[in-house]
Amino acid sequence: MSEFTFLFRGRDTTGSPEQMQKTMEKWAAWFKGLSAKGYLKDYGHPLEATGKVVLGNQKAVNDGPFAEAKDVVGGFSIIEANNLDHAAEIAKGCPILEAGGSVEVRPIQKLET
Amino acid sequence: MESTDHLFRCEAARMVAALTRIFGVHNLALAEDVVQDAFCRALEVWKFRGMPENPSAWLIATAKNRALDVLRRERTALTFAPEVSRLLEGESTLAPVVEELFAPNAIKNDLLRMMFSCCHPRLSEEAQVALVLHILCGFSVDEIASAFVSTHAAVEKRITRAKKVLAGSKRLFDITAPVDFSARLPAVHRALYLLFNEGYHGASSESAVRTELCREAMRLTALLLEHPLGTTPTTHALAALMCFDAARLPARVNSSGDLTSLFDQDRSRWDQDLLAEGLKLLEDSATGSELSEYHVEAMIASLHSTALRTEDTNWDTIVSLYDTLMTIRPTPIVALNRAIAVAQKEGPERGLEEIGAITGRDRLAAYPFYSAALGDFEFRRGRHDAAIRYFRAAHTIARNPMERRFLIRRISACEQSDTVQAFYERFWDRQLTAFKSRLEGTPEVDDDDLIAPA
Repeated sequence: MSEFTFLFRGRDTTGSPEQMQKTMEKWAAWFKGLSAKGYLKDYGHPLEATGKVVLGNQKAVNDGPFAEAKDVVGGFSIIEANNLDHAAEIAKGCPILEAGGSVEVRPIQKLET
Repeated sequence: MESTDHLFRCEAARMVAALTRIFGVHNLALAEDVVQDAFCRALEVWKFRGMPENPSAWLIATAKNRALDVLRRERTALTFAPEVSRLLEGESTLAPVVEELFAPNAIKNDLLRMMFSCCHPRLSEEAQVALVLHILCGFSVDEIASAFVSTHAAVEKRITRAKKVLAGSKRLFDITAPVDFSARLPAVHRALYLLFNEGYHGASSESAVRTELCREAMRLTALLLEHPLGTTPTTHALAALMCFDAARLPARVNSSGDLTSLFDQDRSRWDQDLLAEGLKLLEDSATGSELSEYHVEAMIASLHSTALRTEDTNWDTIVSLYDTLMTIRPTPIVALNRAIAVAQKEGPERGLEEIGAITGRDRLAAYPFYSAALGDFEFRRGRHDAAIRYFRAAHTIARNPMERRFLIRRISACEQSDTVQAFYERFWDRQLTAFKSRLEGTPEVDDDDLIAPA
């Protein structure tokens, strides 16, 4: 088994209360499924939509990220899977895809100790 | 623990009502933004962690904190609710006041304030109902459009206009002034009644959506019953009516998803708890001298609900109650329902006579159950061709697949009984011919034809 980071991109802020509740329930069900199958190494964290970006040699500090809503990383989780293809297969179940978002699947490099 | 089925929607209404009380009704849009923001936060966090133990408390706390941010930041730029603005000015009173305004009892009153504010006399009844659904039940424009079988654009226009009127009304309705309260109460009753009816008789084909509308109307009526000025005999009567009708909801659609008329419902599926509650409320409504249309309708509904079989229904009393209702609310729909009751009591010919005598009958033309009632009467007096014509006419204006299936079943019932009738007619014709030919000694018909009808 290898570990992968799932970066969830996209943020839908326009839904009705009922839709938002449905979305939330879908996520909870998805995580529950992953956990039951032993794929979920770490729930990870949601990220605030705003922050600062520190840039370049000048160490300029900007408000941001000012990416488009669909590109903003909204959170991350750590997933255990057999290989990259398997991890991508797992990502296909993520509810963020239904809202036009994306999941970036990145293998975590093992550091020698 | 309370069901979390529609938690977000319920909480949306509570938060908007409380925030509007603080920000002022002219800042309704700001209140809605803060609520949306609280939901976005909840969604982000709960996605990963699941719902917390007490999700409402979490949401309310989030809204409260955001409200404090807004109040501090915008204090100089915006004016807030005139009733509380002075208390919001000083930093020392700000937090305790906001805390107090978010207490559960305060929010209950905020919901009532909002309910009365939404029933503004400058708004049409349709606009009032849409606004109540949007603000007090947390329905989005799309959800309302789907419940009313209307377009997004039409509902959005109606709600935007209604919100403008609401925001322009300067302050929320004062629910502590008895005279104003009593004056606005009939409009509130009417809006709740219409909201319930939209669920009960409405055009949406999704029974889940319709049940929700009924449930929301009942929830808001219960809130009205809790208020000392709101708990009038008429409010009790309205609540009783809703209980009786809601009790029959489980039987209105049978196991194959088909609409079933009151006369054909499986009465064992009626909700006995709701019936009992209805009877209790009806009893409580019978104090004082008020006799509202809701009293009469509730009494009619109670007579249907307590009859074990259609044929046990007390049609005499129902017809005389409809006579009373006609004096309070003389509409073609009430007259139609009265005619149906008369037909039950005195036969389909009398029903047809009564329908013929309805003033403003043309206004019923777009209502599928008008033609359907005519079809039923014709069917019952054996005129199947006429019945089929009426049912077909009803079918062309039916509002959803469920109604269409209901009418198609009626049409085929006519056709089937026509077939049976024709079979019998042919059968006896042949028997007679055979008999005659036997008498005359000239067999013209095979003996094979002389079979008993199946």
